[in-house]
Amino acid sequence: MVMTIDAKGMYYRELNKMIRTAIEEGETEFVLDNINGQRYIGDAIKAKAKITIHGTPGNDMAVFMNGPTIEVFANGQDGIANTMNSGEIIIHGMVGDVIGYGMRGGKLMIKGDVGYRVGIHMKEYKTQVPVIVAGGCAGDFYGEYMAGGVMILLGLGAGEDKPIAGDYLGTGMHGGVIFLRGKVEEYQLGAEVAVMELDEKDLKLVTTYVTEWCEHFGHDVDEIMSRPFIKLKAVSSRPYGNLYAY
Amino acid sequence: MATELSPVSQIPPEFHVKVDHDQCRKCKRCVLNCSFGCMQFKDKVTPDHSKCVACHRCTTFCPENAISITDHPMVYKENANWTERIRQNTLKQAETGGILLTGMGNPKPYPILWDHLLIDACQVTNPSIDPLREPMELRTFLGSKPDKLEFERDEHNNVRLKTQLAPHIQLDIPVIFAAMSYGAVSHNVHKSLAIAANKMGTLMNTGEGGLHEDLYPYSGRIMVQVASGRFGVHSDYLKAGAAVEIKIGQGAKPGIGGHLPGEKVGLEISKTRMIPVGTDALSPAPHHDIYSIEDLSQLIFAIKEATDYMKPVSVKIAAVHNVAAIASGIVRAGADIVTIDGFRGGTGATPAIIRDNVGIPIELALAAVDQRLRDEGIRNQASLVCAGSIREAADVAKAIALGADACVIGTAALIALGCRVCQKCYTGNCAWGIATQRPELTRRLDPDVGSQRLCNLLTAWKHELQEVLGSLGVNSIESLRGSRERLRGIGLDKETLEILGVKPAGVGM
Ligand code: SF4
Ligand code: SF4
Repeated sequence: MVMTIDAKGMYYRELNKMIRTAIEEGETEFVLDNINGQRYIGDAIKAKAKITIHGTPGNDMAVFMNGPTIEVFANGQDGIANTMNSGEIIIHGMVGDVIGYGMRGGKLMIKGDVGYRVGIHMKEYKTQVPVIVAGGCAGDFYGEYMAGGVMILLGLGAGEDKPIAGDYLGTGMHGGVIFLRGKVEEYQLGAEVAVMELDEKDLKLVTTYVTEWCEHFGHDVDEIMSRPFIKLKAVSSRPYGNLYAY
Repeated sequence: MATELSPVSQIPPEFHVKVDHDQCRKCKRCVLNCSFGCMQFKDKVTPDHSKCVACHRCTTFCPENAISITDHPMVYKENANWTERIRQNTLKQAETGGILLTGMGNPKPYPILWDHLLIDACQVTNPSIDPLREPMELRTFLGSKPDKLEFERDEHNNVRLKTQLAPHIQLDIPVIFAAMSYGAVSHNVHKSLAIAANKMGTLMNTGEGGLHEDLYPYSGRIMVQVASGRFGVHSDYLKAGAAVEIKIGQGAKPGIGGHLPGEKVGLEISKTRMIPVGTDALSPAPHHDIYSIEDLSQLIFAIKEATDYMKPVSVKIAAVHNVAAIASGIVRAGADIVTIDGFRGGTGATPAIIRDNVGIPIELALAAVDQRLRDEGIRNQASLVCAGSIREAADVAKAIALGADACVIGTAALIALGCRVCQKCYTGNCAWGIATQRPELTRRLDPDVGSQRLCNLLTAWKHELQEVLGSLGVNSIESLRGSRERLRGIGLDKETLEILGVKPAGVGM
């Protein structure tokens, strides 16, 4: 059974309570219509469930989420996938700031641009490797403090020589990997990252995720892959190891 | 490349270890017990003074009482400005080029205002109460209190409460254990705290390192923390805790993050923090999803949603200059508990410059916050918990009178477990098995013994608090809460007295 909720004018507490209760009762599929800024959809839900959202969900969507799939047919706002443990999110639009903060697992596919502070302190653990693929460009602090996971930025729609991400790229990064399809200037990079070329394994990984992204948003894989990517990795897994006197 | 310096350090030893070789029977217990490599055996016990940290492990376990530790007799040319500490630190930095790390709380001789506050007692006009014979209530409820209570009648015409109460935690003693992460302290410390918190009806706090699976059975008495690194934070963890705490700051290191070095991230810590073995656990200085009170509110309600509004949410901040206004914002943001950590609060590791120079004393912060929340008419909306060097039951009584709902003990709890406040926690070599992950050292603390020592400490404080209440002529801690009239200041200037809201000793009602 699919549970359809008309969320027009509904307060987030009521909406989320309805979803939580239904999930406890075994519901696995939801369609939320007329969503307009309701916060915390999917918050801490630990279940296999599919939530389809029509309209723009509010901040902290999928915060602490642990399992469900959320597909949004609109733009998203700030704080998506905050401290998320597992699950999948597909957004047919752009998103705001602080996306995937402290995200530990799961996948986030975004059609368009992402805002500032995306993927800060993303981390991985055992088989949990979080992934964020965004089709557009990113603001400042992309991948700051990154400790694990994979971030791919496609830069579609950016001009040939405009950088596709903002400043302080990968500042404090000490794990994980960033792939950028497009250029960034040396001055934009945090001191803790190095630019590298992709090896065969990297290419395979990027192709897999780009293919998945294309399936969601209807782009041509070969066309996207025809432009070279660069790879950013932490110079050291212990950027601040030598800072202290013992 | 930095030039190679001479292998001989210019830093003079801090302590002198004297072994009385007439008494020593060469059992080598001291050598085995010393985790700092100070005690060596070459025909006889030969201490390397430069390695001694005065942790007392050897002196405690020497069967012959043959060891004594004194300040190193080396004198510095006297200088009130260039103190020994400053000269020592300068040499260390000249040799390493590093930020000076340290552990535990601020050791500098700043005024301790608890020791300038005196408690009232009853004489003649209202009788004191004997706590040995009469009930004395220490029970405390942490959580948001309603603005007013409404009642209604049920079908049997009985009066019942109509107001819906926010979630509360019942404490049998208004003293809870401080947030100390698994990583900063050992698993056996966490277990000791968890057992004791359950036995004594109080709380322990995970700190920012997650909750080990072994401790989930105790989680009804565990406050789980969400800090900037989000280590070990997941839906089950939030739901397991008795309360959830958002850690913004810590008294020993306001405004800075934390680094748990990779060598401390072994298998168990890795599982609990949910990061790979051997990686540095870096906590960013701020939460990057909190840049304003509105953002804080957003996280508070993200946690309330995650726990179905069943658990109080605490926000912990360090006591800084603007603490009263910040606390007011926190209450308005929806926190049920505000925890304030003063600048003498402890830590497993922090740059000495921050620990020793940043923040303000908890006594002033507490008084300022309590007053501000009262003035704004929102004091009932959150409980006020104070931390940052609560050393003894007297401090608790004074804190409660200044307006705290409960107090937090970290260092005091560790001392009960054997800590000698040697301040070497950041080295990971704690000889008492507390601030270490070395298995041969963590074994030294038995959680059954440790929890019993903690229970003993709290039981002793409980009796002492009851004695104080009795002498004040009140029979519940609630009657002392915020009752600054029962305090007097001694040796304090006018401004300090005004901030504390207490009269000077010698002034009557
Ligand atoms: S523990 Fe005491 S008796 Fe044993 S070797 Fe050391 S100093 Fe001697
Ligand atoms: S916890 Fe251990 S290392 Fe830290 S001060 Fe206490 S005895 Fe020293």
